[in-house]
Amino acid sequence: MNRVGAATGTTHLTKFPIVRITPPARWWAIPFGELWEYRELLYFFVWRDIKIRYKQTAIGAAWAVLQPFLTMLVFSLFFGRLAHIPSEGLPYPIFYYSALLPWMYFSAALQNATNTIVENQRLITKVYFPRLALPLSSVLSGLIDFGISFLMFLGIMLYYGMRLTAAALWLPAFIFLAVLTALGVGLWLAALNAIYRDVRYVLPFLVQFWMFASPVAYPSSLVPEKWRWLYDLNPMAGVIDGFRWSLAGHGDPPGRLFFLSAGVVILVLLGGVAYFQKMETTVVDVV
Amino acid sequence: MSETVIFVEGLGKRYRVGERERYFALRDVLTRAITAPFQRGRQRRPTDHLWALRDVSFDVRQGEVIGLIGRNGAGKTTLLKILSRITRPTEGFAEMHGRVGSLLEVGTGFHPELTGRENIYLSGAILGMSKREIDQKFDIIVALAEVERFLDTPLKHFSTGMQMRLAFAVAVHLEPEILLVDEVLAVGDLAFQKKCLGKMEGVSKSGRTILFVSHQINQIRRLCKRVLWIDAGQIRQSGPAGEVIAAYEAAMMKSAQENPAAFGAPVFLGWELGEGENILRDGSKQVTLNFTISTQEAVRRGHFGVTIRNDEGVSVGGWGFDDFSLEPGVQQLRFTLPYLPLRPGTYTIICSLFNNGNNLTGGKLLELWNAVPFLAVDTLPLSHQQDAWAGILNIAADFEISAHTRNRKEVRGQAAMIEAESKFDAK
Repeated sequence: MNRVGAATGTTHLTKFPIVRITPPARWWAIPFGELWEYRELLYFFVWRDIKIRYKQTAIGAAWAVLQPFLTMLVFSLFFGRLAHIPSEGLPYPIFYYSALLPWMYFSAALQNATNTIVENQRLITKVYFPRLALPLSSVLSGLIDFGISFLMFLGIMLYYGMRLTAAALWLPAFIFLAVLTALGVGLWLAALNAIYRDVRYVLPFLVQFWMFASPVAYPSSLVPEKWRWLYDLNPMAGVIDGFRWSLAGHGDPPGRLFFLSAGVVILVLLGGVAYFQKMETTVVDVV
Repeated sequence: MSETVIFVEGLGKRYRVGERERYFALRDVLTRAITAPFQRGRQRRPTDHLWALRDVSFDVRQGEVIGLIGRNGAGKTTLLKILSRITRPTEGFAEMHGRVGSLLEVGTGFHPELTGRENIYLSGAILGMSKREIDQKFDIIVALAEVERFLDTPLKHFSTGMQMRLAFAVAVHLEPEILLVDEVLAVGDLAFQKKCLGKMEGVSKSGRTILFVSHQINQIRRLCKRVLWIDAGQIRQSGPAGEVIAAYEAAMMKSAQENPAAFGAPVFLGWELGEGENILRDGSKQVTLNFTISTQEAVRRGHFGVTIRNDEGVSVGGWGFDDFSLEPGVQQLRFTLPYLPLRPGTYTIICSLFNNGNNLTGGKLLELWNAVPFLAVDTLPLSHQQDAWAGILNIAADFEISAHTRNRKEVRGQAAMIEAESKFDAK
């Protein structure tokens, strides 16, 4: 042993917190305490994402409204008017916009979360902070866009003379589920992306495929009953059906489907946190 | 009163060789998975792994300023990265008593699209300051960086010098109990470096602990009382700064002169200006640059190229010398310029050595070196007072006003004549 310096043992100072740096071991625990400690940084990451999102665009945050609105028009025209996909009594704009609200939040949050580690690799090789703060902040910052496009939805409802009912009180639960889904899957993909850049090419297909596996462009009642159990494993199916129900009174109130979705999400999230933290200990040496 | 604040015990970090440069494509992993069964007989070679740091133990007491010295790749940065928790050790442990701040780079967390004001907050938060702390220090930071007028300008419109100043100003106001600093003071203009060094001395006097890596031995000498010399991932010597630095410098000279073979192909060992410094204090007079090179093989029809770049990467001058011979051993390549009128700041010198001709005549590149340390130019600024208009050259100009001697008609007449002549020539 090549010990140098004055002291021969640890003299514990009570006035300063002690950080012990050791080889990686406990990667499965969610570091709630540490995230709380770094909550201001989390806030600054969210703030940065929002600040730079629409920098150097001519119409700025109006994109947050235009994107779902234009998509809604396209869907209403092609899936609705031309393909005659049943909307079960809802006006097409309401039918599609109520699904696009959570879906566009989810797909953007997922893509941003997936890219966080790669995009911030300069940062993570130069300074320490809980790495979880990066994907976490990117799914949270998407909520601002969601909020803006939600206001647009209220406008459309007004146009069709519809009103929010008490069911809308359920909305936060569905949003929360969408956030957790984006975070859970985003953690997996962010960790994979840091090591295998193939993820970057897979992601657009994954998002597109996932959209067709969710009741965005069609009602979930179109899914054959014998495949329903598989379909219900998709948490976004629960979220989107939940949105249509709580905003437009379409379909059934959350039941089996919602709780099944929530269960799946929690499993994905826990796995994602563990995998992400396992990656976190080695990624600095790889990126 | 002074208690142990950093306690390091048996710390080691192992890298898989090649791991640091590349990322994996899924294809590689699949290929490996498929071919692995056929290679089972072969043992994994021990050279697959490299210990960047091994069995390092030391402790640091509160208020100490410790310098880390050692050759490139000796493990200094790895040690700082472990202590700042950027990467995890493979074995051993370290205990840090108190808030740790690390400055491994200038401008950590800066975003080009955000304004100066926004970047102060962002970078401050990333380096570990709370919002309240940044609020309190905001005005001092702005004053130190001298960017008052640009607070609401996006960072991408800042000159490099301004970005550096802003980054430093944020960084030096970081007030953790333990500060880890890696080489960051090597950039930025000299006047500002002095300001930062002064600030850091102040920090250490206030009872904070600093661990400081630098190639500029003079900075270490000035700031640190105790020095750790790291060599090949281990602590080679530790003790009072003067002692360790003397031993380190002696060893460097010795290994270079006695054993050039240890370096294999030609290697630049160092450079200095005529006065034995790396700081140019007067660019208006003759300037001599000495490069020390160690070679084991003889060089014939050699080519030696030198380029000087400013901190924005713009080449401000380049010279090439052809058709010389070098015998094995340690030699000095010296070239002299009548003047080198560069603006104050930090410059990178890049040298190349070719065998059998230059890059265009089929020569072979033997060595390409980003000279360490940087060239610091510490002269009075003589060009335009505003950075944006000053350019690259630093030349004093005389200015005077006098009456115009010729009237306009004459000038016009002359121009017509020149035009007529050129037409005549064309015929």
